Amino acid sequence: MPVPESQEFFVDPGRCIGCNACVQACSECDTHKGYSMIQLDILDRASSPQTIPVVCMHCDSPTCAEVCPADAIKRTADGVVQSARKPRCIACNNCVLACPFGVPKMNTGMHLMMKCDMCYDRTSVGKKPMCASVCPSQALFYGTREQIEKLRPSSRPIHSFRFGQQEITTKVNLMVPRRSALVALDVGAALRLAPAGDSAGGVDPLLDAMDGGGLQ
Amino acid sequence: MRIDNPDSVSRSPDGRPDADQPLWREQFPIDWPTDEFRSRRDFTKLLGLTSLAFVAGQIWIAVLAFRRRATGALPTRRIASVDELAVGGSKVFDYPRAGATCVLTRVAAERFVAYGQKCTHLSCPVIPKPEQNCLRCPCHEGVFDLATGQPLSGPPRRPLPRLRLEVRDAGVFAVGVEEGIL
Repeated sequence: MPVPESQEFFVDPGRCIGCNACVQACSECDTHKGYSMIQLDILDRASSPQTIPVVCMHCDSPTCAEVCPADAIKRTADGVVQSARKPRCIACNNCVLACPFGVPKMNTGMHLMMKCDMCYDRTSVGKKPMCASVCPSQALFYGTREQIEKLRPSSRPIHSFRFGQQEITTKVNLMVPRRSALVALDVGAALRLAPAGDSAGGVDPLLDAMDGGGLQ
Repeated sequence: MRIDNPDSVSRSPDGRPDADQPLWREQFPIDWPTDEFRSRRDFTKLLGLTSLAFVAGQIWIAVLAFRRRATGALPTRRIASVDELAVGGSKVFDYPRAGATCVLTRVAAERFVAYGQKCTHLSCPVIPKPEQNCLRCPCHEGVFDLATGQPLSGPPRRPLPRLRLEVRDAGVFAVGVEEGIL
């Protein structure tokens, strides 16, 4: 049974409190073989408590699968990019290096790339992914577009990103402030804005960018 | 996004239509349904080609059998003199062509038997043991009856090919084979 199209994943880093509940819950999902596939990025601990949960964005044109030389990374018909298929994966790390979001993880012991598969065993039977079901602040939200619009009247989802020359549209949505004019988040440009060792002008250039700070 | 048509290639990063994409993108699709569709197609191809290979093999075996029959009767050849072998003695010779080794054994004063020496299990040379009234293959302990060539024990299931012999003019002549392939 595929993941229903009406159910979508929304990541709202602004709501993340860094509690690590998602990290713990993730490792309990059956398809992750006891390993946590989500990571909690700490941005700049010296100036901010801001953290960002990183789940697989399930790209429409997944870079990990594009670079896989063994034809091991596949996307199911519902648009969920799955972990590498064990009989094919050669543990070459290409996907780990290529993913612009830094999602795939190489399990060297198993010689297998594993990644966030949106808890496929759960979402394909109508349940929520582990991380979204435990997130206390709902920074990770799984539900319909109507639900999120009702719950977050001052935010809206985007699902386009730019990394240098590469444009990516994703299945997973990122919540940005509704007033921001942002259409596609240009991660490369946002990183270039960040002066080394200085965070003047805002807590984080990435969050500034999401806030509409001069980027389209 | 849903992928329903298994023949459509995955959406490529450059966004160009399917027709403009390189062949490898069609052959190594990213989407699972397309990939499984390809696998089924490959499996069907494998099945078809394998059965074709079997058919070709059967035809080749039939051609070989026909050619063997067409070559006609085996030649008569003097392989030993009667005095050459004591009772219980044996001699290895090539018949009907070089390399097809056979073994002749004198089991009684007036009785000679000869068999192809290739064990019918895995083609090791069999050794006559007239005192035990058998031929023994040392490779896997196969034992054949010395009088008939029938397998007695061990892995062989088929009898050794038995040669037709004639004793005349104080000589032993091989004149053919009763059954089996030398």
